[in-house]
Amino acid sequence: MSEAIAEDTGIGAPVRRREDARFITGTGRYTDDLNQPGQVYGVFCRSPHARAKINGVDAEEALGIPGVLGVYTGTEMVADGIGDLPCGWLVKDKAGNDMRSAPHPPLAATQVNYVGEPYALVVADSLQAARQGAESVNAEFEELHAVVELGSATVSEQIYEGIDHNLAYEWALGEEDATRMAFARAAHVTTLELTNNRLIPNAMEPRACLGVHDAATGDYTLYTTSQNPHLERLVLSAFVQVAPEHKLRVVAPDVGGGFGSKIFIYAEETAVIWAAAKVGRPIKWVADRSESFLADAHGRDHITRAELALDEQGRFTGLRVKTTANLGAYLSTFGSSVPTYLYGTLLAGQYKTPNIYVEVQGVYTNTAPVDAYRGAGRPEATYVVERIVEQAARELGKDPADLRRMNMIQPEDFPYETPVALTYDTGNYEASLDKALELIDYAGFEGRRAAAAEQNKRRGIGFACYIEACGLAPSKLAIELGAGVGLYESGEIRMNPTGNVSVFTGSHSHGQGHETTFAQVVSDKLGVPYDDVDIVHGDTGRMEFGLGTYGSRSLAVGGSALIAAAEKIIEKGKKIAAHMMQTTPEQVDFDDGTFSLQDSNQSVTIQEVAFAAYVPADYPEDLEPGLTEKAFYDPNNFTYPAGTHIAEVEVDIETGVVELVNFVAVDDFGHIINPLIVHGQVHGGVAQGAGQALMEHGIYDEYGQLQTGSMMDYCLPRADDLPDFQVDTTVTPCTHNPLGVKGCGEAGAIGSPAAIMNAVTHALGTKDIAMPATPEKVWRAVRGE
Amino acid sequence: MYPFNYHKPETVADAVALFNDADDAMYLSGGMTLIPTMKQRLAAPTDLIDLSGIAEMTGIDVAADKVTVGAFTRHNDVATSGAIGETLPVLAQLAGLIGDNQVRNRGTIGGSLANSDPAADYPAAVIGLGATVHTQERAIAGDEFFQDLFETALQPGEIVTRIEFPVPTRAAYRKFPNPASRYAVVGVLIADFNGAIRVGVTGAGPCAFRASGLEEVLNQNLDPEALEGVEVPDAGFNSDLHASAEYRAHLVKVMARRALNDLLS
Repeated sequence: MSEAIAEDTGIGAPVRRREDARFITGTGRYTDDLNQPGQVYGVFCRSPHARAKINGVDAEEALGIPGVLGVYTGTEMVADGIGDLPCGWLVKDKAGNDMRSAPHPPLAATQVNYVGEPYALVVADSLQAARQGAESVNAEFEELHAVVELGSATVSEQIYEGIDHNLAYEWALGEEDATRMAFARAAHVTTLELTNNRLIPNAMEPRACLGVHDAATGDYTLYTTSQNPHLERLVLSAFVQVAPEHKLRVVAPDVGGGFGSKIFIYAEETAVIWAAAKVGRPIKWVADRSESFLADAHGRDHITRAELALDEQGRFTGLRVKTTANLGAYLSTFGSSVPTYLYGTLLAGQYKTPNIYVEVQGVYTNTAPVDAYRGAGRPEATYVVERIVEQAARELGKDPADLRRMNMIQPEDFPYETPVALTYDTGNYEASLDKALELIDYAGFEGRRAAAAEQNKRRGIGFACYIEACGLAPSKLAIELGAGVGLYESGEIRMNPTGNVSVFTGSHSHGQGHETTFAQVVSDKLGVPYDDVDIVHGDTGRMEFGLGTYGSRSLAVGGSALIAAAEKIIEKGKKIAAHMMQTTPEQVDFDDGTFSLQDSNQSVTIQEVAFAAYVPADYPEDLEPGLTEKAFYDPNNFTYPAGTHIAEVEVDIETGVVELVNFVAVDDFGHIINPLIVHGQVHGGVAQGAGQALMEHGIYDEYGQLQTGSMMDYCLPRADDLPDFQVDTTVTPCTHNPLGVKGCGEAGAIGSPAAIMNAVTHALGTKDIAMPATPEKVWRAVRGE
Repeated sequence: MYPFNYHKPETVADAVALFNDADDAMYLSGGMTLIPTMKQRLAAPTDLIDLSGIAEMTGIDVAADKVTVGAFTRHNDVATSGAIGETLPVLAQLAGLIGDNQVRNRGTIGGSLANSDPAADYPAAVIGLGATVHTQERAIAGDEFFQDLFETALQPGEIVTRIEFPVPTRAAYRKFPNPASRYAVVGVLIADFNGAIRVGVTGAGPCAFRASGLEEVLNQNLDPEALEGVEVPDAGFNSDLHASAEYRAHLVKVMARRALNDLLS
C-alpha cells in the first residue's frame, strides 16, 4: 500500500463519496429520469381483494378512453407462453421433499391472492389516460375467505390446491435428539415467545421500469430499479421467457435504495417488457408510494418459540427454536431461503452452544410476498438468540454481559464449526463487547437510571452481541442447498491507452458508494490516481455477468474479483515491462504503479505499459496487445461480521413513549476501505433497526386489507427520533478473501432491534413486549396488562 | 389527479362567484390535505379555486386583547410571528408543532379549520381560546364551528376569511403526536381568562371539543393534583391503529396535566 495515496484516497481513507454530488443536486439519473422517443405509460390494475376468483376482465370501457392503447391481462400472458415468476431457492423440507411452490403468474389470470396483486396492465399515451383506463377495467371477482393471520394459517382454509395446511415447507436444521438430551439434563431452561414484526421496505426511490423493444433487431432493453440486473436478465430469459438472454439488455441506472426489495424479479417489469413488444412503443411504469406499500416484497414476519438450556454455571447447553415464517401469498425470488438458510444457520450466534435444533414452518397467507429485507434472516436469528440470552441472564440473576462473555467463542477456537452448518473463520467477540461497555459507560448506568427515575422515567439497557454471515458462499455449497444461481462475482479492469482505468463490476450500487470504495481499492492496488479510476456497474450490455448486491457481499466478493483482475493486469504488465526494459518478467517487481527492474534504477510506469499494450510498436511477440483483464471470484466461505450493540432507552411511564437515548455499536467488519462509508452504513442500519423495534409495523386487517398503506400510518424513523450513535470498530481480518473484509451493509439492522427491545423490557421489567414497542402497547405493559 | 379548471381570484367576492358558477368547485388554500386527496383520485373537483391571491385573507393583526389572523396565513408565519409570540405565545408554539417544516411552509390556518381534521392542531386553539371564525358572510363562535368528522358550520361556498383569538391571561398547549403522521393523537389547550378556564381538546374525538368536565374541575381548583381523580369518559372517542379510545382518554388527562404545569410555571 502506498503511503502517499493512503493519506487521501487509498485503502482506509475516509474519502467523501464521489457519487453524492449528483445525488444531492438532483442530477442523478434514475429510471424515471430516462425517457425514450414514442414512450407511453403503464398503470396496473390491482386486486382490491385479499383472495378472490377472477371470473372475467372486461376491458371494453377502458379501451374506449382516448389515449388508451391496450389492456393486457394474465390470460394473454399465458397465451403468449410467458412463464411464472420462479423462486430462486429450492428448499427441501425435513423429509427431503421439495417445497410446495404456489404458481406465481406475473399477472393474475384466474385468482388473486393478496391486495395489490396486479391482474392487468393498461397502456396509454399519457399517464392520466392510463390511470383512467385502469379505473375503467371491469374485473368480476368472486371473493373467497382470506387467510391473513400467521398464527392460525396452517389450520385455516387452504389457499392453493395441493398445498395442504398452507405450508410451503417444514424445514429443520441441527440435531434434534442431541438437543432434546441437552434439555433433559439442563439445570435451567429459559423460554421465550417472540414476534418479529412485518416490515415494509420503503426505499426512497419507488420501483420503476422502462421497457423498450426494437422491432427491427428484436432487441429488448429494460431499464429498471434492480439490485442485480444480470439476475433479472437471467430470470426473464431462462424462466419467464420474455426474451432470449442475448436479445435482452437490463440496465439498472442510479437506483435510490433497495434494502433487498429490489433484488427480486417482480411482476411489473415482466409485464412491461412483454407488453412493450405488443404495443410497439416503449412503456414506462413508476410505482406510486401506495403501490410500493402494497406490492413491494415485505420483510420479517415471524412467530417464534425459543428455549435455551443452561448448566449450573450458566453455560449454554442447548437451543431449540420453532418458528412460523410468513411467506406471503407467493414465494418471492429468494423468499424461501430467508427464514431457512439465512436464519437457522445463524442461531449459534457468538456462542459455543453445542446443541441447536431449529424447525421452521414456511406458511402462505393472503398478504404481499415476504422476502429479504436488510439483514434477511440474520436480524430474525439475532433477535431470537440475543433476546433469550438476555432473558436467561435476568432469570439467573447474572449480569447479561458476563453471561455472554462466559459463553463466547474465543479467538483460539477459530475456525469454529457451529452445530448449524457454518464454520466461522475468525473473530474476537470479547474485544467488541469490552469496547462497547466502555463507550456506553456501563458502570455509570445505575446512576443514569436513578436520574431518569427522578424524571418519572424508567431507563433500561440492553445488549445484542450479534453475528451475521455475508457474501453467501461458496457457489457449490449454495447450489447444493437449493440456490438456483452461483454466488461468485465478476470484475473487469480495462487499462485504457492513455493510462486511466475503467472498472466494470457485476456488483451494483444503489446507495452503497461503490463508485468511491471500489475506486479506492483499484487505485490502491494498481497505484494509479484515484481520479483516474471509473467504476461502471448496472448494465448487462457493459459487463459480462454479475450477481449484484445483497447480503453485504459487494466488497467481500465483488471487491475480491477486482483484486483478482488487478493481479492479472500486473502479471501481464510485468511481461510488457520486461520487454520494455529488455529483461525477463521474473526480474520485474511491481509497486505503487511502477514496474521496476530488480537491482537497477530502471523502471516504467503502469501508464507507459498500458500505452505500449495498445500501441505495440515494440512489443513481446507472443503476447496479445491490450491491457484488460477480467476475473470471477467465488469465495470459499461466508464472511462473519460480528459485534456488540448496546442500547439505552427511557420510558415515559405516563404515556408509554420509549425514547432511544443512547446507542453504541462496535462492529468487526475486518479491514475497512472507507470508514466514512462504513459509519454511514451502520448509522442507516441502526436507524432501520430502531424503526423495527419502536415504530414500523406492516399490519393487515382480518380481511387482508393493508392498514399501514401510507406514511401516515406506517411509521419510519426520522432523524429527530434518534440519538447520536456512538459507532466504533474492532478488526479481525477475514481470513479467506484478499482484502480481509467482511461487509457492513446490514449489521446495523441486525444487532439493533434485539439491543433496543432488551433495553425496553429491562426498563419495564417485563419478559417480552411484541415489537414494535409503540406507546399504547408500552403504556399497557406499564399498567401490567 | 383528474383534470380540473384552475382559478386564481384576487377577491373573496370573485372567489365566491367562481364557486357558484362551477359544477363542483373546491377552494384551495395551502392544499396540504386537498392536493394529496386529489392525487389519490379521491377528490375530483371540476374547478379548483386557489385562494392564494386574495390579499384580504392574509395578514396578522395583534392588539392587546385580540389577535387576528388572516385565513390564508401559513403555519410558519404564525409560528415565527414576533408579535404573536409576545402577545399570544401559545398560538405560535402550537403552529410550530404542526406537521413538519414543509407542511408549515404551505399549510394555512383557514384551510386547517375548514377541513376540521379530527387530529389537526389549530382546532384546539379555536376551542380552547374561544376564537371567532369569520367568513365573508358572518362570524361563527369557535364553540359552534366544528360539528363532526370533517364537518364544520360552513355552508357550501362559504370561505373562512380571518380568525379572531381573544388573548387570555395565560395558556398552554400540549400535544401527543402520532409518531408517523405527527398529527395530534391528542392535543390539549388550556387557557386562563382571569380565572375562567377553557380547555380545548383535539385528536380525541371526531372533532375538536371543549372538555367541560376538566373545565369544571379546574375552575374550582387550578391545580394539576385536581386532575388526578377526574374521569375522562372515552365514549365516542376515536380508536385506530395508533391509539384506542381508552388510551386517548388517558392521554387527554396526561396532556391536560402537562399543559397545566406549563401554564402555572
